[in-house]
Amino acid sequence: MKNISIQLKLNGVRRTLEVEPSDVLLDVLRDKLGVKSPKVGCDRGDCGSCTVFMNGKTVRSCLVLAVEADGADVVTLEGISKNGPTRLQKEFVKRNSFQCGFCAPGVILSAEEALKKHPRASDEEIKEHIAGNLCRCTGYKPILDAIKTVASGKASK
Amino acid sequence: MQKLSQKLEELTVPPISVGPAGGHRVVGKSVERIDGWEKVSGAAKFLEDLDFGPNLLYAALVESPVAHAKIKKIDVRDALKVPGVVKVVTGKDFPYKFGLYMKDRYVFAYDRVRFVGEQVAAVIAWSPKAALRGAAKVKVDYEELPIVLDPVRAIEKNATLIHPDLGNYPHVPWFFPKADTNIAHWRKTRKGDWEKGFREADAVLEDTYFVPRYAHCAIEVHAAVGLYDMSGRLTVWTASQSPFTQRNVFAEALAPLGISHKDVRVITPYVGGGFGGKAGVSMEIIGAALAMTVKGHPVKVLWNRAQEFCNTYQRQGVVAKIKMGVKKNGKITALEHSLYWDAGAYVEYGANVVNAAGLSATNPYRVDNVKIDSICIYTNLPPGGPYRGFGYSEFSFGIESHVTRMAQKIGLDPVEFRRRNHIKEGDTLPYGAHMNPNGLRESIDKVAAEIMWGSKAKSDDPKKAVGKSLVLFWKSPAMPPNAASSAFLKFNEDGSINILISGMEIGQGLLTAMAQIASEILSVPVAKIRVETPDTDRNPYEWQTVGSHVTWGCGNAVKKAALDARDQIFELVQRALHLEKDTLYLEDERVKCRTKPDFELSFASFVIAGIQTEDHTFKGGPIMGRGVFMPEFASAIGDPETGQGGHPNVHYTTGAAGLILEVDKETGKMKIRKVALAVDVGKAINPDLIRGQVVGGLLQGFATVLYEDMRYSEKGKLLNPNFSDYKIPTSLDVPEEIVPIIVEVPQPDGPFGARGVGEHTMIPTASLVANAVEDALGVRIKSMPITAEKVALTVSKG
Repeated sequence: MKNISIQLKLNGVRRTLEVEPSDVLLDVLRDKLGVKSPKVGCDRGDCGSCTVFMNGKTVRSCLVLAVEADGADVVTLEGISKNGPTRLQKEFVKRNSFQCGFCAPGVILSAEEALKKHPRASDEEIKEHIAGNLCRCTGYKPILDAIKTVASGKASK
Repeated sequence: MQKLSQKLEELTVPPISVGPAGGHRVVGKSVERIDGWEKVSGAAKFLEDLDFGPNLLYAALVESPVAHAKIKKIDVRDALKVPGVVKVVTGKDFPYKFGLYMKDRYVFAYDRVRFVGEQVAAVIAWSPKAALRGAAKVKVDYEELPIVLDPVRAIEKNATLIHPDLGNYPHVPWFFPKADTNIAHWRKTRKGDWEKGFREADAVLEDTYFVPRYAHCAIEVHAAVGLYDMSGRLTVWTASQSPFTQRNVFAEALAPLGISHKDVRVITPYVGGGFGGKAGVSMEIIGAALAMTVKGHPVKVLWNRAQEFCNTYQRQGVVAKIKMGVKKNGKITALEHSLYWDAGAYVEYGANVVNAAGLSATNPYRVDNVKIDSICIYTNLPPGGPYRGFGYSEFSFGIESHVTRMAQKIGLDPVEFRRRNHIKEGDTLPYGAHMNPNGLRESIDKVAAEIMWGSKAKSDDPKKAVGKSLVLFWKSPAMPPNAASSAFLKFNEDGSINILISGMEIGQGLLTAMAQIASEILSVPVAKIRVETPDTDRNPYEWQTVGSHVTWGCGNAVKKAALDARDQIFELVQRALHLEKDTLYLEDERVKCRTKPDFELSFASFVIAGIQTEDHTFKGGPIMGRGVFMPEFASAIGDPETGQGGHPNVHYTTGAAGLILEVDKETGKMKIRKVALAVDVGKAINPDLIRGQVVGGLLQGFATVLYEDMRYSEKGKLLNPNFSDYKIPTSLDVPEEIVPIIVEVPQPDGPFGARGVGEHTMIPTASLVANAVEDALGVRIKSMPITAEKVALTVSKG
């Protein structure tokens, strides 16, 4: 099949490239655009490791065809801390929230979205919002505690 | 006289710790992880994040669709016609056996397949898609053989033989395979007179417990990239806990092709979760072998999630038959524990899980009369192997369920029963050696207090019942007696430090703990220390990162490397500046002198450039510390019939855990109200990281008892190799309250007294739930998992 030319905004920078119709966004981000923070974990939308923002909402980039992202605004973990760490990132570091760190890019984007939607999110809202991001190391608690701290306004700025 | 010797000691042994209260400056502090920002920023590179350039080739596997068959013929002609396909490789290309403790595997199935999903051939192509298209075109003719999936059936007389050549397989001297059977190893441990013990008992209880298989489910899948370059050296990048063990296994397996250890290089970037699943060598051998066939090209093998479930290691299932006798006063008089392990198609690593369990299946109780049989049995299921807990997670379910029932049978409180029987320092272990110092009693008492043991918890909801439980755990690192660790420590011009080790950062925080140990001795802040992930060309030897032993083993090596660097500094200052080295000490990145308070020399001024002396010449040069640690007291050789005589285990980490569980009487739905876990870590190098192990390990353990369950068809095919059907916990499954309790009874040979803790936190979970369900509802469940459905059905049956 013929390749298709697509254009997207990636972390604020306009990029144009050729993709195959069957290419998924995750592979294109990683292999053709060199952005490595979205991870391959299950290739079927179960684990959330490939989470990215597309037009302001989190998507599982393994379930999005690259052609669907034509004209879209895509933001990955690399894009959210261009001007220094976010409050959430600082809190995650301070609390040693992650262990192996493989799920971190996806979890952090989901957590940023949770706080964007509900700046004073309740514990239940936070749990619900990151329930689609699997982590096998931490038991989630240190991650949830960091998000709660930021949501309650107690985090250091 | 005594005063003089004290004074001498003060002078000759400069204090390592320079903290304000005489304690440690940084050991024992919850410093931030040194890899924290790297991981939170997305900068951390995992294997799949590395670029290998446009010369990279991709491999796809042809896998066996049947559980047991002879391979009659492989036809690769159509596969080779697929555009982009470069080569097809089969078992005939690599007729070499490999394995960690027993060489029972080929790189690709050679003459027969033994489990569904086993690698039969690989198609190498210019793109992943072309490789997959090619793999679909490989035709394999199989002649199916009878299969056996149940370990107990597999040792019946007429069972199909899975490894007819078992008698010829090379293995370590502490394995005892039985030729012409499916028994790959039989660990026998015998102590005292158990028959007499049962006769003396006032009560005897006998029962059987069932534990199924489980998957590690690290979120990062296995991957390997191999490159056999034009000069004939082999580099393999792997997602692994075991770079040096892999180098050794690759070099041994591929030696017929002219490869030597010096020519093999293994590079392991950050690993996205291990849990034992990335220990040893599983699929990585394919990456190494395929590289040999496409000289000059890197070739990548990347597992998909289904392959991750089916073809790495799985936690072995076990059928545990337990018979215990006790006196009315609660004393255990005898124990018989028979473990029938479903070890799978290959046991090159899994047989050592069986071995470890067979040495310690008393759990941390003093039992004078013991008969343990731990039997490693081949089945036509995927290979079993190490998983957090290494046999102890598996046998803990039966033994801790049984101990609670035994206490009930004689009318004794289950916690009091444990207090009367738990093992103490100096007690004789099942194989004859003696128990190390431990804080088991303190752990029991603290956990009992935390869950208010003795007061019955109730629910406001009449449809719900609440149960409590308290169980004990122990575990020793399972490793060869001569497993070694080593470290290099290099100063830089600015006084910062790079530490090279091959212990692996698998999330536990090893890099940070090692930096803290070096920081403590050298007074360089943790933030000025980098610790690198392994590259076998650059970093010195470490056996593997398994068995919760690297804080202890690698920590000792790093401590020695730091002390070596410190000694070099003292020697140099004495030689160049004529200050007695016994009067020198390190503080705030400077050398200072007890007898000359005005003297101070910053590390940055000399650790590379040397010290300039009065005649303008320089003395010294780069300061580089070297540390090596090997336990020189261990031995794996005991009497094969009794296990007596050796010293196979270096020490045990012990502890206790307690649970308050709410259960819905109708639906069986369970909610963890509170869990407390106390573990004696000897010395907490970084308490926050230990609490991380407690919280994470507990949830991984609860998952095995509450949610996860591998389901196989009667033909041996795994039916749920994905996260939709094999449910691992999400953020919604976190217990309401988790209380980690750190106990510190120092390990005499540990760095600052530390011993390991990574696996232990998962071990007690299954029996906690079984015992709490019984406390709540009065029903005893003897098979894992204990799902809501199983609880509800058991209750309705009465």
